[in-house]
Amino acid sequence: MTMHVLHGGRDGLGSPSPLARLAPSRWDMVALPLVLGLLALLVFGGHEVAQPLSQLERTPITLDPWTLPYYALRTTLRMLAALGASLLFTLVYAPLAVKSQRAGQILIPALDILQSVPVLTYLSFTVTFFLGLFPGQVVGAELASIFAIFTSQAWNMTFSFYQSLRTVPSDLEEVCTGYHFSTWQRFWRLEVPFAIPGLVWNMMMSMSGGWFFVVAAEAVTVGSTTITLPGVGAYLALAIEQRDLGAIGWVILTMLGVILLYDQLLFRPLVAWADRFRADTVQAEERPTSWVLTMVERSTLFRTLGRPAGGAARATLRWRLPALPRLSAPRLSPRAVRMGDYVWQGALAVMALYVAVHGIQFMATGVTWGDVGHVVLLGLATMVRVVVLIVLAAVIWVPIGVMVGMRPRLAAIVQPLAQFLAAFPSNLFFPVAVAAIVHWTLNPDIWLSPLMILGTQWYILFNVVAGSQAYPVDLRDVIANLRLRGWRKWRDALLPGVFPHLVTGAITASGGAWNASIVAEAVSWGDTHVQARGLGAYIAQMTTDADFPRLVLGNVVMVCFVVLFNRLVWRPLYAYAERRLRVS
Amino acid sequence: MNLTPKSLRAALGAHAPADLATAGVAPAAPGPRPLPSGVPILTVKDVCKRYDSDPDSPLVLDNVNMTVDRREIVALLGRSGSGKSTLLRIIAGLLSSTSGQVAVAGKPVSGPANDVAMVFQSFALFPWLTVLENVQVGLEARGVPPAEMRKRALAAIDLIGLDGFENAYPRELSGGMRQRVGFARALVLDPGILLLDEPFSALDVLTAETVRTDFLDLWGDGHLAIGAVLLVTHNIEEAVQMCDRILVMSSNPGRVAAEIEVTLPHPRVRTDPAFRQLVDHIYGLMTRRRKAAPGIAETLAAGLSLQLPHVSTNVLAGLMEMVDAEPHNGVADLPVISSALQMSTDDLLKVAETLQMLGFAEVVEGDIRLLPPARQFAQAELDVRKRLFADHLLQRIPLASHIRRVLQERPNHRAPRPRFETELEDHMSETAADETLKAMISWARYAEVFAYDGDTAQFHLDAEEEA
Ligand SMILES: Nc1ncnc2c1ncn2[C@@H]1O[C@H](COP(=O)(O)OP(=O)(O)O)[C@@H](O)[C@H]1O
Ligand SMILES: [Mg+2]
Repeated sequence: MTMHVLHGGRDGLGSPSPLARLAPSRWDMVALPLVLGLLALLVFGGHEVAQPLSQLERTPITLDPWTLPYYALRTTLRMLAALGASLLFTLVYAPLAVKSQRAGQILIPALDILQSVPVLTYLSFTVTFFLGLFPGQVVGAELASIFAIFTSQAWNMTFSFYQSLRTVPSDLEEVCTGYHFSTWQRFWRLEVPFAIPGLVWNMMMSMSGGWFFVVAAEAVTVGSTTITLPGVGAYLALAIEQRDLGAIGWVILTMLGVILLYDQLLFRPLVAWADRFRADTVQAEERPTSWVLTMVERSTLFRTLGRPAGGAARATLRWRLPALPRLSAPRLSPRAVRMGDYVWQGALAVMALYVAVHGIQFMATGVTWGDVGHVVLLGLATMVRVVVLIVLAAVIWVPIGVMVGMRPRLAAIVQPLAQFLAAFPSNLFFPVAVAAIVHWTLNPDIWLSPLMILGTQWYILFNVVAGSQAYPVDLRDVIANLRLRGWRKWRDALLPGVFPHLVTGAITASGGAWNASIVAEAVSWGDTHVQARGLGAYIAQMTTDADFPRLVLGNVVMVCFVVLFNRLVWRPLYAYAERRLRVS
Repeated sequence: MNLTPKSLRAALGAHAPADLATAGVAPAAPGPRPLPSGVPILTVKDVCKRYDSDPDSPLVLDNVNMTVDRREIVALLGRSGSGKSTLLRIIAGLLSSTSGQVAVAGKPVSGPANDVAMVFQSFALFPWLTVLENVQVGLEARGVPPAEMRKRALAAIDLIGLDGFENAYPRELSGGMRQRVGFARALVLDPGILLLDEPFSALDVLTAETVRTDFLDLWGDGHLAIGAVLLVTHNIEEAVQMCDRILVMSSNPGRVAAEIEVTLPHPRVRTDPAFRQLVDHIYGLMTRRRKAAPGIAETLAAGLSLQLPHVSTNVLAGLMEMVDAEPHNGVADLPVISSALQMSTDDLLKVAETLQMLGFAEVVEGDIRLLPPARQFAQAELDVRKRLFADHLLQRIPLASHIRRVLQERPNHRAPRPRFETELEDHMSETAADETLKAMISWARYAEVFAYDGDTAQFHLDAEEEA
């Protein structure tokens, strides 16, 4: 409904005749083949999903490079489905948490926990359920895989929407109330549009996260049998198992293509489109553009297809359900409200206790106190890794980022590159690391660590570049005028200026590193397995062993570490940076 | 669209609710929306408001009574913080009153009122909707069919002078154009009463004047299908220029302190002596009441409950210098200073009253008169100025002497900010306490009576004094 492109001129008031409006524009020459092609791919992919499971066994994964486009299609559709599911989840979950304070008291902490549980864990706990939904069908396995990808995408999108909903400008809210908007109309006219820029940015980050885990999500293990779904991830897994470097090269090439396509066909248009939802009312000189968006806006095909859909969507905004009485409704006394809060919080506490007791009982079936101590130590090891890596990445990327950011032309090249590298699944390069470690007999505890941050360090670069681009010009002049040089210049002028951006980037990078630890701390190349001591490797091991009590223990410790780390380190740092150092 | 004003009016007026459109049309009344005569379009009766449910919390509105008749433009004139916006939001049904009743067109208001439309100081346009869509949203909310919605919105856009901008986004428009969209969005609903919350305050002087006179022209020519207008403003000249009646509001708590009929013929010219006289008269009214406010006895009696306005010492010094110099020689007419400095009445009064609070000046009947210490201050060097300011601060502002005493009593001469914050919050709201402390800190830093460290949020005595 928010496609403004759908109404061009002033119909009926001196606009061209309907026939002229339907005349194809030159954009239609691109639009038509593109739409038909995408539709055909969609139908083909959908057909493949609706096969019995035995079909998979008859056509095992092969390393023939010519199969890769097909695998890429399957993976892409899976990712898209997961992204759609994440969006849907976001649009329902976040409003619930905002509109009802009591629901928020449970939904938001739950989100915090959900996002720190590793993706593999979701997979191992839900596979049986999904397979049971469609016995003997590929669909069941597909759903399990899509769900796993979903769990790597949904949470940060939901957080972003939640944040937006809480910061909707109050004067616009007053317009909605004063002009009698329905809840539905307010949602689509104010709340969703206001959230779109943040949401699109988070969708891009989610997608990057998704690519990283798709390798893990395409091999669905139930007990002793593993169902491998055709896809890029499965191809990579097989290439690793068979030590086929050539195949790995092909995967990397395919991924390059897929990500470029995704960028061109999905995200670039989305970003360009989202730009009009920025709430600030100043006009920026440079606005993001996208040929796909231009095509959608200009081609007659899309306009003709879109008009009825847009009209129907807008019609729903005019629906008036019988209004609920508002201010005149009997108000509960503050005491009654407070009592209600106590009862609700009591109920929550009982529920939490119940879950905790059950969890502990379950763990007690296979976990000793020795295990607990051991796992906490492993958690500490992983934490040390995360901290050291973030610091190292900051030391490397901050100077480079600042230098780049101060040169607009360089920044225009580096910025999309950093974004692209962040989206690129870095686990494609893991085999190289294993080969190196084995070849030089390096210590895996140290040399596996960089893999954790290989993919997410780019967020640090990206944010620092953005930060120094935003560095006020007059302050730069002051630096030159006072002839600040060397360390003084960095300490007094540059570092404080980019610090808030560095923190933003580091938070993203650290979250990603924790998540990546389950993949990066245990890496294989054929039958060579290299493992670092850490919580990620532990969880990966327990997943393979299907040792559920220990798996739960590992996850509980992981969640505790991540949540505490966020609360005790990142939040205060972020608050400090916002309060003291924001250059505005 | 080449519609004449007449046909536009017909287009806009054609869908007025039947009950309103048919009842007793007074032939002289230019507006197309007559109400049964005798029923005011708005009545406000005994309205009180406090934001906190705690009965000891400050009253923002205290027994406000007013009416607005059809074909009237009424101003609510008052200093910022006097509760004008609060009252407007209660009338619009966006806020509920603590007690009292509001009725629009005879119907009591409970919840967002049907027959009102509001224009906001901040424009409050949806940045992601085009001008046309922004104007349509209110109609969309009423379930008006698309074709009619479009027709009415385009008519309103033409009327308000936005023809050609239908498909522009707000960020492509200047401030004046944006506010015109705000007006069109309200006008298209044909409200019984149009509520304007400082609609011109965010515009520059020239733009504000254009939008204002354009609106007055439309209103005067009877092109607007609205019953009446209630304008909130702190600008005396704006109120005199636009309104048939002015309600002057006093602050803390907000009350209607005076009511002035304005009978000057339109168009009103600011340089007209009668206009100036009325402005001066209202200035006098607004400052006369202030005399009763903080004099020396009152400030001291107020103790820690005295709220301090955050006015920079530079501004205080600047006003003293200006009034001290030729041609004023210590006594000046506030309206004259206000226009010379291009400063709003509201801001100027705030500065003048701060000087009064500090014992540097007297504000009476629209005049400011410097006291001897202020004249000494105006001619002195920096260190003498600082000493003078410090003396007045410690003598006149109980909070200043209080903080200093606490610091002197403590062995390390340090005290955390929350210590005083909680103390102040016993007497005033959190935001007021915050502003008071901010003012205190900046004055104390200038006068060097004590220091404040923002990193640790601690007050302390100056290093030399500690030694
Ligand atoms: N949402 C709110 N909560 C608490 N106090 C408020 C709120 N809005 C306004 N106030 C207080 O009410 C008083 C009147 O405010 P307002 O109606 O905005 O005045 P005006 O519009 O005349 O400037 C002020 O003292 C202000 O601090
Ligand atoms: Mg106000």
